[in-house]
Amino acid sequence: MRSALDKKELSATELTETYLENIAKTDSKIESYVTVTADIAKEQAKAAQELINSGKSSPLTGIPLAIKDNICTEGVKTTCASRMLENFIPPYNATVMDKLNAQNAVMLGKTSMDEFAMGSTTQTAFEKKTKNPYDLNRVPGGSSGGSAAAVSARLAPAALGSDTGGSIRQPSSFCGVTGLKPTYSRVSRYGLIAFASSLDQIGPIANSAEDCGYLLNAIAGFDRHDGTSANRAVPDFTSKCGQGVKGLKIALPKEFFEEGATDFVRKTVLAAAEKYKSMGAELIECSMPSLKYAVPAYFLISSAEAASNLARFDGIKYGHRSEKGSTYGELVLNSRSEGFGREVKRRIMLGNYALSSGYYDAYYGKACALRQEIRAEYNRIFETADVILTPTAPRTAFRIDENITDPKMIYYSDICTVTVNIASLPAISTTCGYDENGLPVGMSIVGKMWDEETIIGVTDTFERNFTKISAKAVK
Amino acid sequence: MPGYIPVIGLEIHAELLTRSKVFCNCSAEFGGDTNSRCCPVCSGLPGTLPVINETAVEYAVKAGFALGCSINKFSVFDRKNYFYPDLPKAYQISQLNLPLCINGLVPIEYEKDGEKHTHNVRINRIHLEEDAGKLTHNDLEGVSLADYNRCGIPLIEIVTEPDIGSAEEAKAFVEKVSLLLKYAGVCDCKMEQGSLRCDVNISLMKPTDTELGTRAEIKNLNSIKAIGRSIEFEIYRQAKALDMGQRIIQETRRFDDNRGETRSMRSKENANDYRYFPEPDILQVNITDDQLEGIHADMPEMPDKRLIRYMSQFGLSETDAGIIIADKEISDFYDDVVMAYNNPKAIANFIISEMMRRINLGEITIDDIKFSPENFAKIVELSESEQINKSNAKDVFRALIEKPETDAESLAKDLGYIISTDMGKVSEVIASVIATNEKAVEQYRNGEVKVFGFLMGQCSKALKGVATSKLIKDELEKALKI
Repeated sequence: MRSALDKKELSATELTETYLENIAKTDSKIESYVTVTADIAKEQAKAAQELINSGKSSPLTGIPLAIKDNICTEGVKTTCASRMLENFIPPYNATVMDKLNAQNAVMLGKTSMDEFAMGSTTQTAFEKKTKNPYDLNRVPGGSSGGSAAAVSARLAPAALGSDTGGSIRQPSSFCGVTGLKPTYSRVSRYGLIAFASSLDQIGPIANSAEDCGYLLNAIAGFDRHDGTSANRAVPDFTSKCGQGVKGLKIALPKEFFEEGATDFVRKTVLAAAEKYKSMGAELIECSMPSLKYAVPAYFLISSAEAASNLARFDGIKYGHRSEKGSTYGELVLNSRSEGFGREVKRRIMLGNYALSSGYYDAYYGKACALRQEIRAEYNRIFETADVILTPTAPRTAFRIDENITDPKMIYYSDICTVTVNIASLPAISTTCGYDENGLPVGMSIVGKMWDEETIIGVTDTFERNFTKISAKAVK
Repeated sequence: MPGYIPVIGLEIHAELLTRSKVFCNCSAEFGGDTNSRCCPVCSGLPGTLPVINETAVEYAVKAGFALGCSINKFSVFDRKNYFYPDLPKAYQISQLNLPLCINGLVPIEYEKDGEKHTHNVRINRIHLEEDAGKLTHNDLEGVSLADYNRCGIPLIEIVTEPDIGSAEEAKAFVEKVSLLLKYAGVCDCKMEQGSLRCDVNISLMKPTDTELGTRAEIKNLNSIKAIGRSIEFEIYRQAKALDMGQRIIQETRRFDDNRGETRSMRSKENANDYRYFPEPDILQVNITDDQLEGIHADMPEMPDKRLIRYMSQFGLSETDAGIIIADKEISDFYDDVVMAYNNPKAIANFIISEMMRRINLGEITIDDIKFSPENFAKIVELSESEQINKSNAKDVFRALIEKPETDAESLAKDLGYIISTDMGKVSEVIASVIATNEKAVEQYRNGEVKVFGFLMGQCSKALKGVATSKLIKDELEKALKI
């Protein structure tokens, strides 16, 4: 796409128009966008083309992108797919948006998600409950379901999502695209409406690991507005693409294949491992005993942080304000009761409970101890391995009408992804096969801290030797 | 109230004098138009993140040094969660388990019943946190409005051990802490503007009791006087209740300045559960030994040291030195004046007898003083070098207050105070006084020495800008002996 733009085979405006037309044609079925910013996109494309014409383009100049609707965009509604922020227009850009704008990338619109990024289905969105482009009766995964579905359905060539416990990787897996969760603190969180501050990371979703690398090149780096962002050099994340996997040590933690996957997913991911082996990699068996506690630990930590992060939505300064209530207390209570959906309320209650005096040690304290244990287990594995290979999700995309009443069932679908966030590691998911319904199966490559280059390279090697079947549901 | 021992601990909130707020770049200055000093970060808009102001950490450490604390090289911020409209994030970033400073000690001195007492108050901890906004209630329109200018101003909370036993000790302690923080240059301690605020925890016990009594907390006291009065009232209230066999309820109380009473705000049962947990948006604070040494080396001279310097280097008496150091601004001014004119004792005398007297009389405040230390020094110099009479120096000072820009010497000249030492004129005036006061001269010569004063006065009046008092006295004595 970059070379087509630079060689002027295609103008930035034409490219943007193509995606806007696709959106107009098919997004009513997929419902991946909350807001389409057609006017802004056209203007940005025009400005980008002028830069291209003058030979001053950057890697993302003129590239259209979809942005998850929890990333603040100045002057453009940022709703977190919640009634609470239905009309919230931030007066500032997230740092990642400033970085994309600096390269004159084009914003197509804001994509749907689980409300406040809490969920794995994008069905907790206030409106725009996104469908899976492979099968409109199935969920696209979540919480970045809108971004993954948009890329999958060719409604955007790439997108930004956010990942707190798998919210980039799992929908990428369900929608047959590639999604990367960077090392914690690699990308500034400034302007990302927080779900769980110690776990959240913004990352790219695209059609290939290499594209994810280009996008990460643009958004990574130290930001003085984010006290947790890492002050370290940003390498070229695509530098290991096309280099093969000869001599690479890939660890397979057995618990992920036992507790973490259905038979078909297990077989498909193991087949991918064999493929790596045939390309010269070495497979190592390993173990992560604490995986069985990972989901509860994740939910305690993330819900505790979320309960605090979401307390600011009181209907006083911005956001949904109830018309009922005569005192401050009543006003806050009613605004929050009306503004938040069920899942968000469930997690706020869980989080507050876990932090309550008398329960802190038993819940939040224990979860933090487990966090240390999971980190230690990863470190142990990385003493001998370069990367870790796991399924991205226990099963392929499920039907919209199943499961949804049992939150625990859905929570456990995050079992393969949450430990990566808990340990602050980078991980990338790509498609490694299709099930009997033609639904994509995802595998994840987990890397050492700060080693996105390797996992992008390893995934790129697989993708170059794998034939993708694109989504056809809405063709 | 005999029979009970008051046990008092204080929590002092002090706003730090950093230029910007603790977690964003907004100005931390007092005042300003409503909501003119806030941004998406300090007004808590979604997606924004706090970034720690390193100067605030440094100032908090300085406060720790000033109050004799140990500094935790490893310190953590926590979130204190509660809903209140002046708190836009619905949590306050504070410190719970690992505050910046711990284990301090503040010696105090105070007078009670005409006797001097000394006492030590231990500091449990000093932690760094952010201030909340301010609410204005308009009962007429039935609305409350929030001003977020104060939101995010760096605040230290100083928590004492329950080492205070009376209103006098509490007042002396707060005054001492104010002085130390001012000297450390970290807080202006203007209680009337809210940059220093105090909560009092107080309980009573009998001398035979082994456990502390149930305490009440009096919130948000904003003057030294209110601290003293509220403690006295609370001792009276609790003692009366205990005498009647009632139990003290653990609760938060408010002091009503007009009625001089404390009143219940909320009891423990309705207290908040703050659900503290480590703030994930701010990394742990690690202070290296080098940084600590740097901050320590950067500490301004503290009052105890300055007292010793004034005594040993300047030769001031302990009383005079103590009077000057008790007000940092005056003491700083004093040092500047001494720099301009090296006569520390004379300057100390003039500052104490003239300048501080006018301040104490309420004629001027230290903030009104616009004249330079050099110009002020000139008055003392003129007086000490006998270019003007000592008794006239205060008139020149008064003129200087009115015209701070004008050179003190020309002010003295305009007033006709500069001594010309015209001996002819002196003889002439003395001769004329002797001639016109024959009776008095007669009396003096007959041994009634006290009339000398009268004659001296007559001469001085006519010779005010001509000769020093000493010269007039000598010459008059000589003339009378003839």
